[in-house]
Amino acid sequence: MNAILIMAAKEIREASRNRWVLATTLLLAGLALSLSFLGSAPTGTVGVGSLEVTVVSLASLSIFLLPLIALLLGFDAIVGETERGTMMLLLTYPLSREQLLLGKFLGHAAILCFATVLGYGLAGIVVGLTATEATPEAIQAFATMIGSSVLLGCAFLALGYLVSALVRDRGAAAGAAVAIWLVFVLLYDMAVLGALVADQGRVLSRAAVSAMLLLNPTDAYRLLNLTSFPSVSRLAGMAGVSAQVSLSPWALLATLMAWIVGPLLLTVTLFSRRDR
Amino acid sequence: MTSPIELVGVTKCYGEHVAVRDVSFALEAGKTVALVGHNGAGKSTLIKLMLGVTRPSAGAVRVLGIDPVSSGPTLRRRLGFLPENVAFHPASTGREALDFFARLKGEPISANMALLERVGLAAAADRRIGAYSKGMRQRLGLAQALIGSPDILFLDEPTTGLDPALRRRFYEILGQLRNRGVTVLLSSHALSELQGNADRVLVLNAGALIADGSLSALRNLARLPVRISVCAAHGTPDLGLEWREIEEGRVTRVCEPGEKMAVLKTLLPRLDPADALEIDEPGLDDLYAHFLGGEVEQ
Repeated sequence: MNAILIMAAKEIREASRNRWVLATTLLLAGLALSLSFLGSAPTGTVGVGSLEVTVVSLASLSIFLLPLIALLLGFDAIVGETERGTMMLLLTYPLSREQLLLGKFLGHAAILCFATVLGYGLAGIVVGLTATEATPEAIQAFATMIGSSVLLGCAFLALGYLVSALVRDRGAAAGAAVAIWLVFVLLYDMAVLGALVADQGRVLSRAAVSAMLLLNPTDAYRLLNLTSFPSVSRLAGMAGVSAQVSLSPWALLATLMAWIVGPLLLTVTLFSRRDR
Repeated sequence: MTSPIELVGVTKCYGEHVAVRDVSFALEAGKTVALVGHNGAGKSTLIKLMLGVTRPSAGAVRVLGIDPVSSGPTLRRRLGFLPENVAFHPASTGREALDFFARLKGEPISANMALLERVGLAAAADRRIGAYSKGMRQRLGLAQALIGSPDILFLDEPTTGLDPALRRRFYEILGQLRNRGVTVLLSSHALSELQGNADRVLVLNAGALIADGSLSALRNLARLPVRISVCAAHGTPDLGLEWREIEEGRVTRVCEPGEKMAVLKTLLPRLDPADALEIDEPGLDDLYAHFLGGEVEQ
């Protein structure tokens, strides 16, 4: 068996042993189900709404929750093993540091993927079965939402790994992970909004606004899910935005991918060069 | 045959701190060699350098003729390592942990049960490591180091935290390995337990190699004085100025190891058959204090 897969399998086994996988899956499934039942409350009814409504509410939830889960999973990956003394032994085994890191990442990504697909998929199936009609477009929008949620999680997992490679002790890594979450999930959007309001469309061009939204994986995720499908963007009140921001779904997907590959490559480089 | 481990002028600095200072030695195949020194003397750093986990600031390290940093997986498959304070994931069982390491090393996991038996953990193989005692974890660490019958074993402070019975069992296993021709390098700060267990001792102090040889060679090198005491049956004997009276009827003197027989020859005719004679040879702890004494831990 390849060294990367051996590392990934070990990571998955340990995470399922300490109930990380179970807890995360139950949390995501519980929130997804409750949102899909209560999601149509703003429209005046309680009960299962349409798949599109569920996409809007779940995507908004994911932007807060998934980065947090992924960062919690990632920040400990390197610094934690170093502090517990397990890293030193692994480094003497016949596998390269790249293999070690990619294997761990693959294992953690598989855990995130499992929890997201199962948790959200369950909600999707319940809504799809009980809702009045599920159009092919709605199903596609829901599948896109699940897929991009996995990518969003992986992007923040990679950022967590980067923190874990940069910082010397676990406490500092945890602090840095929380700071990353605050910046990307809350502060960045406020700053962009503030800039747009202050600017009143004088200096900032459409291209500049698009670029600003690509610099944050959560914005790429939000735009991808709330503007790519007309039926969804009507519900999300994003129809105007999608006309304004000239970004194709493929560009947004590529952005999410870049936010996974970039931090991960940087982490591998830092970790391979490190001399302990 | 070339030496399995060769160091030439190796220095390792971490920023301002010099952890290893110009160390050179070559080990012979099949011998058990002990690295001795205070905590922080550079033992662990030296082991990391030989394992290729860290690269030297100056000098060259050769393990089985290869530079361990750039060697890749082939060399690492032939090495075994037991780190100081070995740690495993507490939620996995001993068998699972060993299976993982055997897979990483490309060895069949079917041989693992025999390894667990060898270190006396067969009965605990399917218990969680979190429930293991310190001694059991250390033995699991040793089993891990023995995966795939390595040619060279690196053991970093292997006996700390083991009770005397386990310590003896540990040195028994080490003896079997020596008989099979495995080169063993172990670090320790207890010189006394190496008697009869190490062919050669390297003494490190503040990163520098300050003594190198067998225990008896080190003894000769240190020239520690011998203490001779006489306990007279009747009164205090008058043996000369060198003899000091400790208590009523008991005198003692120290002399160089070389003059011991001369002192005894002049002493014996003057003793009464009822008198008692004691000769204190310097112990290993005295030797340790001689080489490393006075140096405060950094």
